[in-house]
Amino acid sequence: MRHLTAGTLALAGFVVGGLWFAGGADAQQKEILIGSQCDRTGPTQLVGTIFCPAVQDYVNLVNSKGGVDGYKVVINELDNNYQVPPAIEEYERHKQQGIVSTLIWGTPQAEALNPRLEKDRIPGTSPGFGSAAAANGAKYPYLFPLAATYWSQGAAGIEFVKDKLGGSLKGKKIAYLYYDNPAGVEPLPILKELQQNEGFELRTFAVPPPGVEMSAQILDIAQRYRPDFVLAHLFGRAPSVMLKGLKSSGYPLSKVLGFVWASSEADIAAAGGWGVAQGYHTMQFVGVGDDYPVIQDIKAMYQKAGKPSPKEMETSVYYNRGIQDAAVHIEALRNALKVTGGKPPTGEDMKKGFEMIKNFTLEGLLPPMEVTPADHEGGGWVQIFQVKGDKMVKETEWFRGYRDLVLKSVNAAS
Amino acid sequence: MFYREAGVFKTSYAADMALMPLPNTRWAVVALAVLFIGITPAFADEYTLSILNLILIAVVGAIGLNILVGYTDQVSIGHGAFMSVGAYTAAHLITKLHAPFWVSVPAGGLMAAAIGTVVGIPSLRIKGLYLAIATLAAQLIIEWTINHVPWVSGGTQSTIQVGPPSVFGTKLTNAWQMYLFLMFFVILALVGTQNLIRSRIGRAFIAIRDQDIAAEIIGINIFRYKLWAFAISSFYAGVTGVLYTYYLGIANYEQFQLDVSINFLAMVIIGGLGSTLGPVFGAIFVTLLPIVTRRVLESAGGLFFSASDLSAVIPSLRLAIFGGLIIFFLVMEPEGLNRLWRNIRNYFRVWPFSY
Repeated sequence: MRHLTAGTLALAGFVVGGLWFAGGADAQQKEILIGSQCDRTGPTQLVGTIFCPAVQDYVNLVNSKGGVDGYKVVINELDNNYQVPPAIEEYERHKQQGIVSTLIWGTPQAEALNPRLEKDRIPGTSPGFGSAAAANGAKYPYLFPLAATYWSQGAAGIEFVKDKLGGSLKGKKIAYLYYDNPAGVEPLPILKELQQNEGFELRTFAVPPPGVEMSAQILDIAQRYRPDFVLAHLFGRAPSVMLKGLKSSGYPLSKVLGFVWASSEADIAAAGGWGVAQGYHTMQFVGVGDDYPVIQDIKAMYQKAGKPSPKEMETSVYYNRGIQDAAVHIEALRNALKVTGGKPPTGEDMKKGFEMIKNFTLEGLLPPMEVTPADHEGGGWVQIFQVKGDKMVKETEWFRGYRDLVLKSVNAAS
Repeated sequence: MFYREAGVFKTSYAADMALMPLPNTRWAVVALAVLFIGITPAFADEYTLSILNLILIAVVGAIGLNILVGYTDQVSIGHGAFMSVGAYTAAHLITKLHAPFWVSVPAGGLMAAAIGTVVGIPSLRIKGLYLAIATLAAQLIIEWTINHVPWVSGGTQSTIQVGPPSVFGTKLTNAWQMYLFLMFFVILALVGTQNLIRSRIGRAFIAIRDQDIAAEIIGINIFRYKLWAFAISSFYAGVTGVLYTYYLGIANYEQFQLDVSINFLAMVIIGGLGSTLGPVFGAIFVTLLPIVTRRVLESAGGLFFSASDLSAVIPSLRLAIFGGLIIFFLVMEPEGLNRLWRNIRNYFRVWPFSY
């Protein structure tokens, strides 16, 4: 047994070692490498399993059309399981492979990677993740949220509610139902300030993680407080529990607005299907559905290869967000190649490329972002989609709320 | 192999109390020191060093948890929270008072030790699984407190940014500088634990582990020593938290949640309870295994799956292999990797003879 053990271990060591070095060889000429972190197995797998294939699909689409100025784009995806140490390890691996920019996955991961991005001068995108203060490009030079932060979402939410309730919020009651973690708490300062300015009544209802039990909060909202509108900022399984709960307690979902992580087809399916969620308003930072040329292009690409359209497209909210995250990198690369005159860009060139993004909407899929060295959020645009029948219908155009207040908070944040 | 120890020929107390009684142990330690302190940081690339750094941090925490779980037989699944206590204490000291590392590291450790001692109080009355649940409560209470008290968390995102530590006026920004910085604490932790378990306190721990009623009868104050175990173990956890903070540049409680506590327990159990070397093996194993399996799957997975499926398959398969290998090693050697290492060593000790 002992001999066997030592021998087996040695053999296993050799095999692993051999494969390790066999796996080390990559990188060719005329290729641009972009890193991507994902979570397909951890707590955010509901999003990751849809989002990350979309990233690959978009890059394949770009490559099938000849790449970017003759460069083939390679997205190298690694799974960080929503944990910080693997995120660090994977970032270092990507860096060693020579990435020019990276897609970050997860809020603590974005925070932990930020000092490294700045040191190594490699820009990273964190749409829908990370702290709202990262919108400030002067303080976070290499971190690009590139989507409405929680502050922008809070402000836009109030703007939408104001519009819905007839233009004035004076004396109205608004309930804020939120997941009790840092991301859930983040919009509160904005909401409280708006409460002062607009004169509405605000009551907060915290849902403790993991967010699958909120019957007390639901009853409180539906039976006792009876607000004029509910803002729901929930994650994971919590949105579906909320939809089911509010529906069964008789509160009309047409008076509920879900923030960006409480707003996908998957949440509605988990709540019991479209019938349950009729009237529910959802906030989006990327368009919903397949009625966009780029989505049709991807379908055509699959058709050409003789394959059916990817099943991930059914959850178009997350799929389209994956497209967005990949697309901004490609657009930044395009801009960076203009800066370098066709030479392979560095991370710094890519940063400039990101900061030149303007008038890039993929025909309505993305908001009219304008990224500047000061504003890495790109304006903080959102769109509201409402559940009608068995799909989400566009309810507003791209808009944003109380931009001055949000910008003031961003600049005041350390 | 190259030496045979025969008989006990010690003529002085100093020789009897020596940490490394055999000369070849000393040579091995010198060789390892040269390899890991002299050669590795000079020749390893940045990626390798980043993995090594994560391992080094994990080693400190695992050694600390082993004092509690392995030597004293008290369970704690609140160590992730103790790390966050250390991390936030240090982060506040660094950002508000510009404390150098030789203040912030022990301060983080001491604060965690204080909280850990309080959490350890129920250990006098409850044991085993019940104690585990009590420490789980500590994990949740500390998380909740950090999330809800801005004074502790430093703002709604609960994130405090921290600069790199500076040693003798040099800011440690490179991977190899960080490596040596972390290695210093690993050596402190190793030597400290090795000495601790030979001391009065350490022997009391072991007596409590082996039979707490007998320990009480021979005059060991069980309550006091159980609290000592919690305090020392939490101190290590706090130091681990500070090292994480320095290494990542931020303190954020979301990276010290329950899964971290479980991970560290796994390290201690896989490495081997009640040994100094065990947690080191465990930390290396748990940190490295996912990385190695991914690397192997990347190069060998192409034989079984198409390239487009591979990115979806690897993460899932990696988890399955990770779990499978842990079971495999525990079945093969329930006493952990350290026992496996001892078996190999004992075999070569008498080699080429059978005994």
